Amino acid sequence: MALIAMRDVEKTYYLDGVEVQALRGVSLEIDPGEFVAIMGPSGSGKSTCMNIMGCLDRPTRGTYTLNGTDVSTLDDVALAGLRNRQIGFVFQSFNLLPRTPAIENVELPMIYGGVSDRRAKALAALDAVGLRDRAWHMPTQLSGGEQQRVAIARALVMSPPIILADEPTGNLDSTTAGEIMGLLGQLSRRGITIIIVTHEPDIAAHARRLVLFRDGRIIKDGPTRTILTAPAVAPR
Amino acid sequence: MNLSASVRIAMRAMASNPLRSLLTMLGVIIGVGSVIAMIAIGQGARQATTQQVQALGSNLLTIFAGTPQVAGVARAEPAQSLTLEDADAIRQEVPGVIGVSAEFQRQAQVVYRGENTYTRIVGVTPEYETVRNFKPVRGEFFTERDMRSRARVALLGATVANRLFGDADPVGQQIKIRGATFTVIGVMEEKGATAFFDRDDLVLVPLTTAQRRLFGVRHVNSIQVQVASEDQMTAAQDAVTELMRTRHRLGPNQENDFTVRSQADILQTLTGVAQTMTVLLGGIAAVSLVVGGIGIMNIMLVSVTERTREIGIRKAVGARRRDILLQFLVESVALSVTGGVIGIAIGVLGSRLITQFAGWATLLSPQAIVLAFAFALAVGVFFGLYPAQRAAKLDPIEALRHE
Repeated sequence: MALIAMRDVEKTYYLDGVEVQALRGVSLEIDPGEFVAIMGPSGSGKSTCMNIMGCLDRPTRGTYTLNGTDVSTLDDVALAGLRNRQIGFVFQSFNLLPRTPAIENVELPMIYGGVSDRRAKALAALDAVGLRDRAWHMPTQLSGGEQQRVAIARALVMSPPIILADEPTGNLDSTTAGEIMGLLGQLSRRGITIIIVTHEPDIAAHARRLVLFRDGRIIKDGPTRTILTAPAVAPR
Repeated sequence: MNLSASVRIAMRAMASNPLRSLLTMLGVIIGVGSVIAMIAIGQGARQATTQQVQALGSNLLTIFAGTPQVAGVARAEPAQSLTLEDADAIRQEVPGVIGVSAEFQRQAQVVYRGENTYTRIVGVTPEYETVRNFKPVRGEFFTERDMRSRARVALLGATVANRLFGDADPVGQQIKIRGATFTVIGVMEEKGATAFFDRDDLVLVPLTTAQRRLFGVRHVNSIQVQVASEDQMTAAQDAVTELMRTRHRLGPNQENDFTVRSQADILQTLTGVAQTMTVLLGGIAAVSLVVGGIGIMNIMLVSVTERTREIGIRKAVGARRRDILLQFLVESVALSVTGGVIGIAIGVLGSRLITQFAGWATLLSPQAIVLAFAFALAVGVFFGLYPAQRAAKLDPIEALRHE
């Protein structure tokens, strides 16, 4: 059974009274352990799709089933539970809590998940991303790459089956971006399902499957290598 | 998320901007502090009044001139119905009476060389000393002879003595009351002051002197009657009423032109006044506490806006609405409770300072402190609820996008 199953998902929202159709019927299935990149120009609906996958938003029409649960009918408490246990988020702008040491940022999901022995588990997660000795640094004392690794540790600490990364390398130089993608690749090899949204073909190249969005629809879906080597695909 | 984690987050948020937290708390600090200080003043006045009435002497009846109100209507003319002769008659005819003191008082200017003060001039009989249980610390009380000769002698209350003479000894000095020269023959013991009334702000002169030489009147304001024992009080009160009616030639259908009141009656009236003042002062102070709550609400709304992104992050990693609600509610309560604790300290300290520097009696009651604290807590919950609900309802996607 697919881990993520979206069927005819539409999303309409209103921006200053103007109706915006962000998704116009998206069907997508992702199996456990896949490493998927989502690409598409701005406004193509890829971020909206991510938000729905991440249970931050609900579809206007269509169904979304996450790990066997139909998300469209859930209330706030249940959605928060799914975000907490099923999904780890990694953002372009890292989104660490300011004035809060790395270790406490990593502990955050465990506080809401009611997990005990948080300190040790957070340290282990930081160790896994190679930042054990930076545990008590504030976000401002860390480099961009280090901050993103703290964010990845935070995403990992509840052992979710899925990691959603929205432009995870967008604010990083190419060397650091490579390191972060390497880290995500490692996680993928451990069986975690990784879905990243990106503008850059270089970054998308790390994924095995590529989904292309345009105007609220999926226009291409297949192995990364085949799609990226084909002509006529211009990123951005 | 449990409460202790919320409290820790709230403490960190408060510590991250100490000046702002302090200014936010200031409203509650002032509110709680003033509630406690005001109630302490009111209670102090009440206690002092009680002591004052009890210190008048035991088993005392007071006869005032004038009628009590009948059906809400009081007689308009100033009552001049009581005289020194009434006092003498009571002493001679009412059984169980062991002392009678008649009093006439009026405000007047008192001058000693360059210094002057406006104070109560109280004309009394020599028995005042024992009936009122109010004695001179220096010099002697005047005598029957002074009464008969309408002697120009005066005893000063502690406040007046201090105001006119400072640390010097007034006994034997000449002062002027309404232009007439008086010799100071003594200084009265200190009875203390409350916020409403200074019992030492007076000058005592012989009653006859006050009536004839100073104010040109024949009546007295009140007569104090001391009864031998408590179980004779009711009988004495009836006998006095009967005697006075006879002496004033009042027919069966005429109202009394005087009022007889026991100490218990007076105590009840005065403590009632003090109680009203306490409620009034406390109420005004409580208003400032509510204003403090509005300050908290204001800053919490700012805080929610500032930390929109933080709220988004928390929601993304699994915070439920009620987690966010609790976090912000705990934060506003932490502000109001911390303000409350500081306010209690300031209120207690303030009451001490008022007693020390203004000389007003204050009484700190644990109930007032608990009440003020509970009120501060309630203010935190009440004014924190709306901002916390706003935070809880934020859409996580928009919150994450917020710059």
